[in-house]
Amino acid sequence: MSRRTVEYVVGRSPQLGVDGSLVEAPVLPGELDLSGGTAEPELDSERMLLNLGPQHPATHGVLRLVLELEGETVRRCIPHIGYLHSGFEKQGEYRTWNQIIPLTDRMDYLAPLIYNCAFAMSVEQLMGIQVTERCKVLRVMCMELDRIFSHLLWLGTTAIDGGAITPFFYCFQERERIYKLHEAFTGQRITTSATRIGGMMADLPEGWTDELQHFVNTLSHTLDEVDRLLTANSIWIGRNQGVGAMGPQDAINHGLSGPNLRASGVAYDVRKDNPYYDYETYDFDVPVGEHGDCYDRYLVRFEEMRQSLRILQQALDRFPDGPINVDDPRVTLPGKADCMNDMESMIHHFKLVVEGVKAPPGDCYFPVESSKGELSMYVVADGGSKPVRWRVRPPSFVNLSAISKLVEGSLLADVIMVNASLDIVLGEIDR
Amino acid sequence: MAYRQGDSQPGSGPETLRPLVPSGARTSTDVTPERHPSVAALRSQFPEAVLHHEVSAGDQHVVHIPPERNLQILGWLKNADEHRYDFLADLTAVDYGGGRPLQVVYQLWSIWHRRALRVKCALPLTALAIDSVSGLWQAADWLEREVYDMFGIEFRGHPDLRRILMPENYAEGHPLRKDFPLRGRFSRAEQTRRALSQDPRDYYIPEELAIADEPQVFGGEGYSSAAKGSGNEQGGSNPQR
Repeated sequence: MSRRTVEYVVGRSPQLGVDGSLVEAPVLPGELDLSGGTAEPELDSERMLLNLGPQHPATHGVLRLVLELEGETVRRCIPHIGYLHSGFEKQGEYRTWNQIIPLTDRMDYLAPLIYNCAFAMSVEQLMGIQVTERCKVLRVMCMELDRIFSHLLWLGTTAIDGGAITPFFYCFQERERIYKLHEAFTGQRITTSATRIGGMMADLPEGWTDELQHFVNTLSHTLDEVDRLLTANSIWIGRNQGVGAMGPQDAINHGLSGPNLRASGVAYDVRKDNPYYDYETYDFDVPVGEHGDCYDRYLVRFEEMRQSLRILQQALDRFPDGPINVDDPRVTLPGKADCMNDMESMIHHFKLVVEGVKAPPGDCYFPVESSKGELSMYVVADGGSKPVRWRVRPPSFVNLSAISKLVEGSLLADVIMVNASLDIVLGEIDR
Repeated sequence: MAYRQGDSQPGSGPETLRPLVPSGARTSTDVTPERHPSVAALRSQFPEAVLHHEVSAGDQHVVHIPPERNLQILGWLKNADEHRYDFLADLTAVDYGGGRPLQVVYQLWSIWHRRALRVKCALPLTALAIDSVSGLWQAADWLEREVYDMFGIEFRGHPDLRRILMPENYAEGHPLRKDFPLRGRFSRAEQTRRALSQDPRDYYIPEELAIADEPQVFGGEGYSSAAKGSGNEQGGSNPQR
């Protein structure tokens, strides 16, 4: 087989002659007139409607953007969401508190443990339950692990959107190790459902913390490699710097949160400003951007992974022994031996399983810092075992609502980078 | 890049960015279960507008205000210097069922003062309308659309009040209301029939249809050409080139 080559004729439409040879087509009048000449056609008046998505790999899910283009410039962007709407909040009103936990990890399947923890924390706050020290530290480890988990996916896929495929493989190799940690702990790779009201579904298996320690020790090597591939790469800089910028006041007003808000120069982090689970006792930095563009969002997320490693190390160092579940008869099942041997424990067990945990009347809004931004679970109870209302404040949903403003006036190719840099997950936006 | 509490890598951001957040981790708070500075100020500023005040889940303060004064009071909370609730964390609604009024819930957060406040307005089922706060916080734009979609509450003055999660021509009502059955109002057969008889034109809102040169995008010979039309545009619309 002979080696094939392709010839390009720049600036002309290639046409084939009768013998298959390339015939140079005549240059269209005005087409290559670079002198700013006379016969320029009026392109300004022509507006075009371009439908991007919902089935498009660069929309990171089933997002659909309808763009009004003028030439290659985006004049208006109208997002359409809801293709993945599953009515989780409605379903939650028909389930007991513990039965809702499997719904939470299906929202943000890129950081399921953060959602599991956030929901349990909100209900515990409403019930006035203080979880055990071991559970606290374990949940911090879970949340920081999944922050890395989510940021790694973001990094890999965003690099692909920018035209670099290598970081994707590096990141997914590392994510595979987190999948294994998930699986060893919860039995599932994505749909972890690891928490229960008042504790965790189980204590850690033997050797899990050693695996995690190994992961913490070795991840930074990969991060450094990806860093070398991207951060100073001129294509990466060209695609990201100055693209999709938003100032601090605008970012607050649009409700941006998480890395997107911090890239715009606002140092607001729920872990620092409204700390939960003793985050104020962990030593970590919050990276803050200065320009609010895609490049700063990249830098902020990259640095957050390193800071999460620091928190993980501190959590591993202080990980205490003791019970994982709180000793509270309202939420914790009695031991198996007790159930088999005395009547009261058996009735207690039966009632907890059949009726479910009961939360007192009231409402509770509990914000945590998820990988996407400020994630809050707002639960309203009337004293029964099911919520009156379970509301998730979806960080991606509010972040995405700013995209129309971010891409206005930019090029069509920048829409892809801006959308990628917002780090959205449609499962949570549509719920 | 700047760092907050930068013990390892001190950075320096532009001075204009600094005052947005006081530095360091929070060590103490001026909100206690008994006392909330903004609630006390609200009581003195709008004595008759604080209908009810309660504390929920430990130290979460909730203020009930009349719905017709929401813009005035929320605007004051946002702009008054000693409160500065510049971050609208959440806006949602709660239906308790049984014909009770729907509650619109504003969850405010002051980035500067590190203070949260929940404001509620009760709307009777006969008058489900309230002024939009999207002029105060852009974040309210989509959040109000979601409440409109899910609960049927109308937000007066909202720039673009359309359904957001459900399709625009969804005819079964507002899903998160308590009188809405879990499986929907229509039968499965009817739901399937409607899904299959969707018109590609329904995927676009009138504004978008106005942008598009209609005969070109939705060609004359039926809707099968709609997909073709947008495909053409992706590849460059000039057939000569």
